[in-house]
Amino acid sequence: MSPILSIDHVGVRFGGLVAIADLHFDVQAGEIVSLIGPNGAGKTTAFNVMTGFLKPSQGEVRFRGTSLKGLQPHDITRLGLARTFQRTSVFPDDTVFDNVMIGLHRQGASGGAPGMARASLLDTLLGRAGASEQALRARAAALLDWTGLGGRAREKAGSLAYGEQRLVGVALALATDPAMLLLDEPVSGMNASETRVFVRLLRQIRERGITILLVEHDMPMVMEVSDRIVVLNYGRLIAEGPPEAIRSDPAVIEAYLGQGSAARRAAAEVREAACA
Amino acid sequence: MSRLLHALPPLALLAALAALPLALGSNPYLLNALIVTGILTIGAMSLNLLLGYTGQLSLGHIAFFGIGAYVSALTSLGFDVELGFGLRAVHEPWPAAVGFVLAVVAAGACGYLIGRLSFRVRGAYFVLVTISFAEVVRLVALNWVELTQGPLALTNIPAITLGLPGLGTWTLRTKLQNYYLVLAVGTLCWFVVARLVGARFGRAMRGLKENESLALSVGINATRTLTVAAVVSAAMAGAAGSLYAHYLRIIDPEVFAFTTTVGMVIMVVAGGKGTLMGPVVGGLIFGLLPVALRPVMAPEAQWIVYGLVLIVILFVMPRGIVPGLAGLVRRRPARAVPVLEASPEAPR
Repeated sequence: MSPILSIDHVGVRFGGLVAIADLHFDVQAGEIVSLIGPNGAGKTTAFNVMTGFLKPSQGEVRFRGTSLKGLQPHDITRLGLARTFQRTSVFPDDTVFDNVMIGLHRQGASGGAPGMARASLLDTLLGRAGASEQALRARAAALLDWTGLGGRAREKAGSLAYGEQRLVGVALALATDPAMLLLDEPVSGMNASETRVFVRLLRQIRERGITILLVEHDMPMVMEVSDRIVVLNYGRLIAEGPPEAIRSDPAVIEAYLGQGSAARRAAAEVREAACA
Repeated sequence: MSRLLHALPPLALLAALAALPLALGSNPYLLNALIVTGILTIGAMSLNLLLGYTGQLSLGHIAFFGIGAYVSALTSLGFDVELGFGLRAVHEPWPAAVGFVLAVVAAGACGYLIGRLSFRVRGAYFVLVTISFAEVVRLVALNWVELTQGPLALTNIPAITLGLPGLGTWTLRTKLQNYYLVLAVGTLCWFVVARLVGARFGRAMRGLKENESLALSVGINATRTLTVAAVVSAAMAGAAGSLYAHYLRIIDPEVFAFTTTVGMVIMVVAGGKGTLMGPVVGGLIFGLLPVALRPVMAPEAQWIVYGLVLIVILFVMPRGIVPGLAGLVRRRPARAVPVLEASPEAPR
């Protein structure tokens, strides 16, 4: 089986700074894969390359067999590869409902759900966009219910708690009807129970046939949901494998957590999480 | 029900504006002020589409207005110009209504160019590009004397003639006729903006303004969206310019005055950018302020009051009059938003 996403010897340099030296891995359709590594390892840079926000200095990314070389972010979204952002995950001045409505921008473009013919600019001017607007609203409401944001629909996205804003970001990415989702630290800012709910949502997303690539610092969560983990350090891939292999890999623990007492404490935390 | 409530204020305003000449009688001074105010308000509405909804400040917006005025005037006056290499461009006069259409098309085409540029330059750079564009166009109008008469002005521009097959034609020469023409075009522009911003396209613009990276990531094509907004905005400004030329019947390169753009920006910001009614309310207030002040002070002193009114409005209602009043109606405390949000964000 050919992979849904393949990162083919990608390198990114900003002037003399090497953000990613040589990244090479595949994600199979239906998998949940985590990309982990210490801060500055190049995880978000890798996401930016995969989604067209950065041009790689070398190598290329292929999604469902199509090279993403030279494609703009909105083109890549149209191919079915959606992402969330680490910090700014919402349109702050709009309600949560309108956020999702903005996210449904591409719906009906082609191969969308039946009855979702997208209104053209001319239809809009002539007032013929009513039916597709109604279909969009129904879709937005369904999506909010699914992600557990139904009760927040009328609130301004910028006024939500941080954890809920992350959830809006995920709902926005889902609104593009993706085949694969890149999640950049989705549970940062969530408390333990919110995280548990989110993990359930992740599994539901996967059950709908959406492949997931996850960047996350919450180790217990990563160990729990991932089929496979890819470890990045200093822009290089240092390990790849199932959670059990990664958690017991001394090279990973050392490289990922570094030396010293703080590192030993963190390593103990990882082991604890592994036992949990 | 809520749709009706939303539609009520603009409908009431439209009815009031339509009835206004009846109340005024035929006071030519007031009617003239209303017509010019109306034309500038259309300009402000077009500027609002860019500034209010996409967040891009076009400080050369007067260029589209002036291009509309000159294209319309030259179409209806005709010209005979030496192009060099032994080529001559000769144009026989066409009806003014055709000039109006060509003005909209030509201004829209210029908007396309500026919109394509905005793909690469946003924020402060976009402001500079638009200012430069307006200045270049002004210099062309000033120095291509054979075509534009330069500072001598284009005179004897014909009035617009409207005709319906089988119903005869009307030449709109009187102030009253021009007032209703401006009102009709303004209403049409209002509908265009309302339809655009109320639907998918409006959401794309808002998304780009609020969080560009996120907007791109949900599949919004920034270049296309900004270009369409710039084209529609420029075309509306061109329409306003054409109305201006055929109403005054004389135009000179002064139509490209920078202060007119500033006036439109003030109308939009004071009225409430990113709202449908904002530019109309701001336009009426700042367009008619000189009328109210004329009996009591000299024109130079009026500028001081102009500035004071703007400061007071933005101090009391930082987001502009319309959002401020809407906030009062909803009994929600107005959120503190930086007054000078009009200054564009640095490009990320």
